[in-house]
Amino acid sequence: MSLQAQIRHRVGTLQLDVDLEVQSGEVLALLGPNGAGKTTLLRCLAGLSPIDTGCLSLGDVVLDAPGDGTFLPPDKRAIGFVFQDYMLFGQMTVLENIAYGLRARGMRAAEARRIASDWIESVGLAEYSHQPPPSLSGGQAQRVALARALATSPSLLLLDEPLAALDAGTRAAVRRDLRRHLDSFEGVVVLVTHDPVDAFALADRVAILDGGRIVQSGTLADVTAHPRSRYVADLVGVNLVAGEVADGILTTSAGVVVAVADAPVGPAFAIIRPHSIALTRQTAAQSSVRNAWAGTIAEIDRLGDRARVGIVGTLALTAEITTSSLDALNLQIGDEIYATVKATDIEVYPA
Amino acid sequence: MSNDRRTRSALPVPALVLAIIAVSFFALPLIGLLWRAPWSRAADYISDDASLTALKLSLICSLWATALSVLFGVPLAWLLARVQFPGRGAVRALCTLSMVLPPVVGGVALFFALGRRGIVGQYLDRWFDLRLPFTTAGVVLAQTFVAMPFLVVTVEAALRQLDGRLEDASRTLGASPWYTFRRVTLPAIRPALIAGAVLSWARALGEFGATITFAGNFPGTTQTMPIAVYLSLETNPEKAIVLALVLIAVSFAVLIGLRDRWLGGGGERGTSRVTS
Repeated sequence: MSLQAQIRHRVGTLQLDVDLEVQSGEVLALLGPNGAGKTTLLRCLAGLSPIDTGCLSLGDVVLDAPGDGTFLPPDKRAIGFVFQDYMLFGQMTVLENIAYGLRARGMRAAEARRIASDWIESVGLAEYSHQPPPSLSGGQAQRVALARALATSPSLLLLDEPLAALDAGTRAAVRRDLRRHLDSFEGVVVLVTHDPVDAFALADRVAILDGGRIVQSGTLADVTAHPRSRYVADLVGVNLVAGEVADGILTTSAGVVVAVADAPVGPAFAIIRPHSIALTRQTAAQSSVRNAWAGTIAEIDRLGDRARVGIVGTLALTAEITTSSLDALNLQIGDEIYATVKATDIEVYPA
Repeated sequence: MSNDRRTRSALPVPALVLAIIAVSFFALPLIGLLWRAPWSRAADYISDDASLTALKLSLICSLWATALSVLFGVPLAWLLARVQFPGRGAVRALCTLSMVLPPVVGGVALFFALGRRGIVGQYLDRWFDLRLPFTTAGVVLAQTFVAMPFLVVTVEAALRQLDGRLEDASRTLGASPWYTFRRVTLPAIRPALIAGAVLSWARALGEFGATITFAGNFPGTTQTMPIAVYLSLETNPEKAIVLALVLIAVSFAVLIGLRDRWLGGGGERGTSRVTS
């Protein structure tokens, strides 16, 4: 069984345009900046927001196909949804929260309570069964939300920033538990996060969502090795330049020229690592360095012996230099400088 | 101690004076009633048949009006809070108009709608032999007309504060919209619902203008306590005072009994319990 989704959906100014396929047993992480449409996409999959056009199916079941008027409301879908702030029902006990889905589907109270008890046991919160959710810590509430979503044995599990509301201390432990539950879960899992650590720890595959589109997908290692979006490049801490390569020169859409080495002709991405950038006050007349872009220092962050220098100008770049050279050159915010890089230090791959 | 002094010195004196005048304004009439009350004959006035009949009628009618306000007001509040439709603002204004309308005007309007010659009333009379004006049902209707907006306004505010994702969570767990409404929405707005119902009941209990206009003043069928108080004032002021005190005592008892859930306090606590 697999989740197949072609989603076209407009919310305000965001146009969601996403094609997805996720197999059962697979965990897909949707990673992206705020406002990229991650939560909206999850809500489309859950049926909380009907899609405008496209098609959504889970196994043989068509969930949403505006073309032929098919729409299954959320309560008719075999899904589990863990909300960012858990959305536990405050007037019910922990046990009643977990039994809720089973009761809503018409299961008898005794049976539902027995299954819910097993779930409380499995998330290690048996002694909290009869407590109201507000008395739980963040990590405990997260486990209850997960148990509540899994108790109805869904085929598709949707997790919206499941760890975002936790403090750093409990996060690692809850992440480990979540990993264990996802490992034994047989259905499809789609997980939304803005934290690459979560994606790395929990997901088999990541899809980078930016501006309503999937700009890259694959294993996290693949994605970060060859960023195809500003978002991923920032995440990994490298400078990303997109353009067209011809004759060993990459030209950006703004007309900036970057000398590169061993690059195939055609559209390409170039990665400029911050530590391969050298900063100079003047361009050297005679130098083997082929790239020198004029710019203005916008930002200086000192981190121990190193300093990250943000440059705006022909190319927006982040350079990493030692604090001793920063002091030797007496660089200040607002200074005009040149950022120079050897062509052989730039990694280029086809777009 | 020093904290105390600091708070006291920070009080704006003119505001304090005005606030104390306001308190006196509410306290003085009550004191006046208590002072003039004929305590030795109070028991006789209360146990008087006519008074008991009026009190009983008042309680029954106001409870019916409250029940109708809840039955129809909660769905109306839900409609206004959750469903986007053109003209929603106008519908809200229409449904809460009777809060600001002089009750007598409301009574007149009801009369022309549901009276024997009214646009709906003539058919009720002709087809169902149903006449509402000058009946106990008419009293209930008049009270509901002025009381329901208090419930609608209170419940709508609570629904707007409620995180819609709680209801979303319920839907994703397999609950139908109706199950979600009963098991998640209603319990979450319960404090506001109780506060709104109490407000409506208090309004219905004190209703005078619309009732006397639409339902008249027949002892036993339409003469409620406020009307009895008003009429006694002409013939027997002592009795009017005693009946007024009875009304005050009933209202006061309910207010104190429900003070924890009263309006803002109760509503807020209820919401935080849900969202935290």
